[in-house]
Amino acid sequence: MARRQLELEIMRYDPEKDKAPWFQSYSVPCEEDWAILDAVNYVKENLDTTLAYRWSCHMMVCGSCGMMINGEPSLTCKTFIRDLPDKVKIEPLENFPIERDLVVVLDDVMEKLRMAQPFIIRKDDPPPPDTEYTQSRAALYKFKQYTMCINCMCCYAACPQYGLDPTFIGPAALAMAHRYNLDSRDQGKSERLDILGQHDGVWDCSFVGACSEVCPKSVDPAAAIQQMKVETAKEYWLQKLPGGRK
Amino acid sequence: MSRQPYIRPMPKATWYLRNGRYKVYMLREVTCLLVGFYSFLMIYGLAALSQDTPQAWNAFLASQQNTFMTIVHAVALLYFLLYQTFAWFELAPKAMPLQLGEKKLPGSVIVIAHYVAWAILSGIIFFATGVI
Repeated sequence: MARRQLELEIMRYDPEKDKAPWFQSYSVPCEEDWAILDAVNYVKENLDTTLAYRWSCHMMVCGSCGMMINGEPSLTCKTFIRDLPDKVKIEPLENFPIERDLVVVLDDVMEKLRMAQPFIIRKDDPPPPDTEYTQSRAALYKFKQYTMCINCMCCYAACPQYGLDPTFIGPAALAMAHRYNLDSRDQGKSERLDILGQHDGVWDCSFVGACSEVCPKSVDPAAAIQQMKVETAKEYWLQKLPGGRK
Repeated sequence: MSRQPYIRPMPKATWYLRNGRYKVYMLREVTCLLVGFYSFLMIYGLAALSQDTPQAWNAFLASQQNTFMTIVHAVALLYFLLYQTFAWFELAPKAMPLQLGEKKLPGSVIVIAHYVAWAILSGIIFFATGVI
């Protein structure tokens, strides 16, 4: 198969040696059908074993190979070299601290995902054994798109609000919360909205819409957040009513 | 091994120059200046209208009838009204998706319905005020 020479400019950072990140160039003979991840793997296997980065499945499922490719947050396994120029700049996901080379620190978003309470909350008594919560297909399709999130965090890298103010809960966590709020088996909506309806929650979003544009799984977190704004406003006024919801 | 994560701060004043998507967003956000300007103009006009004599109102009208103000109004109309309309109608299917049975109504249908409703309402208003 014909080979194409690609110039990869990869951001490097060694916390034990470097004061700041810098770029290192690698010339990679790529096969036509390669994704950028293949090119990075080529560097690791043949040119520089010290390069650190995360990847696992190579099929858009694990969500660990997200990086900035020519300034755009994307999964490296989903970005093909045939769609790119001869020179490609690869950086760790924007808006996250760099642990080493292309590896970022994700502690903050892990905490935010926890805040979204991404599990079914029930307030009634547990059902008798051997029973299940049933759900119609129509009820499933209300939230199915939001279950496709693989936590690749490309949306956080694209979100300028998160970059400017890291207290913002952010797109993926909010989309995850919305997924459970829409689930007909769940009863925890007001609990979640109490936390996510605050300023650092949905109201910090000014609808740049970048999260939805870069999402490799078409989750559309921006839509989830706008819908949660409507829900939060409704919840607020329902609580204000005399004898309203507590 | 010690951990020393490197933080890349976002430049507060120039972050939106990073890509085209952010620039388009800032062009939308900057319309708030025109909203402010129009609010001021409306209050000023209302104040003129509330005077006992018609001179103040006529003077306000006259102050708007020059080339500069005509350009300002035209830019405000095209940039503010049309851009905001476009942005809000695009947002509508995201904020208010409609699901019929198991299928979601395509977003484009909701957006087109908004434009149709806008055209009909504008027609009614133009008709009621005698413009057409």
